[in-house]
Amino acid sequence: MIVPQHRQKEMDLAKLFAGKLLLRHEIPLSEAHFSQALKQEIFRTVSPFSKKHFTLQCNRCGNTAKHLLPRYPCSRCGKAHRYCRKCIAMGRVSTCSMLYEWADQTPHWPIYVNPCSWKGTLTDAQQHAADRIATAIQAEEKELLSWAVCGAGKTEMLFPAITIALQQGKRICLATPRADVVRELKPRIQQAFEEVTVQALYGGSNDKTGSAQLILSTTHQLLRFKQAFHVMIIDEVDAFPYHADPSLSFATKRAVKPSGTTIYLTATPRKQQLKRLRKNNLPHIFVPRRFHGYPLPVPKTKQVINLKRQLKSKQLPKAFLKWLLTREKTQRQILIFVPTINLADHLQKPLTNFLLENNVIQTKQQASAVHASDAEREEKVKAYRNRELFVLVTTTILERGVTFPSVDVVILDAGHQVFDQAAIVQIAGRAGRSPDDPHGEVLLFHDGKTDAMVEAAASIRDMNRRGGFV
Amino acid sequence: MYCLWCDQEIISSVNWGNLMLPPRSLTLCEECEGKLERITGSRCEKCSRKSAEQICSDCQWWSTQKREVLAKNHSIYVYNAFMKEIIAKWKYRGDYVLKKVFEEAFLEAFRKEFGKYKDTVLVPIPLSDARLAERGFNQAEALARQLPIQSKNLLTRTDSEKQSKKSRKQRIAGKNPFIMTETLNKPAILVDDIYTTGTTLRHAAELLRQNGCPKVSSYTLIRG
Repeated sequence: MIVPQHRQKEMDLAKLFAGKLLLRHEIPLSEAHFSQALKQEIFRTVSPFSKKHFTLQCNRCGNTAKHLLPRYPCSRCGKAHRYCRKCIAMGRVSTCSMLYEWADQTPHWPIYVNPCSWKGTLTDAQQHAADRIATAIQAEEKELLSWAVCGAGKTEMLFPAITIALQQGKRICLATPRADVVRELKPRIQQAFEEVTVQALYGGSNDKTGSAQLILSTTHQLLRFKQAFHVMIIDEVDAFPYHADPSLSFATKRAVKPSGTTIYLTATPRKQQLKRLRKNNLPHIFVPRRFHGYPLPVPKTKQVINLKRQLKSKQLPKAFLKWLLTREKTQRQILIFVPTINLADHLQKPLTNFLLENNVIQTKQQASAVHASDAEREEKVKAYRNRELFVLVTTTILERGVTFPSVDVVILDAGHQVFDQAAIVQIAGRAGRSPDDPHGEVLLFHDGKTDAMVEAAASIRDMNRRGGFV
Repeated sequence: MYCLWCDQEIISSVNWGNLMLPPRSLTLCEECEGKLERITGSRCEKCSRKSAEQICSDCQWWSTQKREVLAKNHSIYVYNAFMKEIIAKWKYRGDYVLKKVFEEAFLEAFRKEFGKYKDTVLVPIPLSDARLAERGFNQAEALARQLPIQSKNLLTRTDSEKQSKKSRKQRIAGKNPFIMTETLNKPAILVDDIYTTGTTLRHAAELLRQNGCPKVSSYTLIRG
């Protein structure tokens, strides 16, 4: 659409403000100008809370828990106001410091003729799913679940869909629960859509304006948006904290326009989604094959008596040590998952010593441990990717979203509650990612099989069967 | 009950000691409580800093400056990483209820340290108008309100720059930012959240002393 010159500036403002819940200090207007803007209905106030029967709900994050809605005595007006503690990190909202939204005309987003600069090709399975997602967006379907196994190449599958949306002049958000995934996606998406402005929003990102047509965001940052996007793509819907925190799905739903399309991406749908699939009220597309065409590695289990006690006293189980020395392919890197941060730190030393003694690694620097509160987290993962590290002990932070070409995967104490079914399927999905080495070993050491382990192995076998492998 | 910091539900265990008593209300879970660090062992008699010497080097320096106006400072907590997070959320984000975290300790230590001070007035350190409008409440006032003796807002503040953004030298060399609105002829205890260099408190104390106050001490939550 062509906008006359004199209205250009207004359009830019609309792009900056429309579809957002704004705090007063995010609107750069003086008090006088701002009250005039309110009178002229360029901005509108959003009441911070709404009453539903007898419960109060925060309008920004949907929180209804009473203990998270206390009062503070306001020095401005002398009254005690309620505020929401759940989303206070985004700025405190109360009846004395409201939220505002843009009430003027809606912005027009540019229409691109041929926005996709990605030159790769999709496999048949990928193409099939990509077409389905693109149709959903074109026909403005309400929602679609794309269930693609780990390593199916789901980011590439999105390119045709994003292309179609841009050709229709739509605004798109690609959201994921994890900030590291946003960081990893940004360069890939920008490269695939060179002429489109792409912005990445996460806690600590430099650019928080969120005025681009194509936005990558953590689901948490969506708390700032309201009816902003025509297309919402949520990657890893089943990941922590999205499935555990109702305010995130509340925010995600609100960020989409009423006529918009929501696409869910996952490799491991949760129970509630599976239930909707079975009832046939959630349209879905299933991608059962990895992009290289080989089946998913099925985890093997090994029982070790007294495993927890051994690990606690920093002792590595004999069966595990024996396996370390008798691996099928010794050039594969080793990725070891443990349930807690403490354990990751404690096991690093005895493991390094053992590996050195048996010449699996040559120097002490080739083995390390990493966890969420590790300051060198990003560097270590990078070093592991460059094969400078050979062995990495990790907590569940590396369970998804990361790709190492050729690894063997081990879980120590797989019976621990952090390893639920989805986690085990994801962890097993780290192995055999490259076409050069499409297989990899996945070993679960446990001191008693859990339902999660059995279900995970069963669902991997099931996915392989659906992919045409016997 | 939920932990005010991590929002985990707090389940207090029942034993013979508390079986018949009404439940004690807890504000933090055991794990978070453990991350708060109290000032224990030997401390500087003047400013409460953890110190092997009787008077720490800071206070020795202060005593060489013109007239020492602050009789003493008492603090409860060390300004560790966890405390920094709590203070940031409480003060800067404006999460008012976090004051409950310190309520019990703040009252208890006051009784022990200043309990015999009768006929004393609490004077909370004020915020500038701009800062107050931004935060909605004054943390020093919130702290003073928890204590059992009367509190008077005798001071107003004219600067608006944040002390925490300045270096030690800049702070000490800064002008007195306070104006006194009323005189006081009783001993006073200044209340604030943090004693960092002691400059702010000394500025306030100086003004109080000049206007007829016989003795000024200070009570702060944290010795930074």
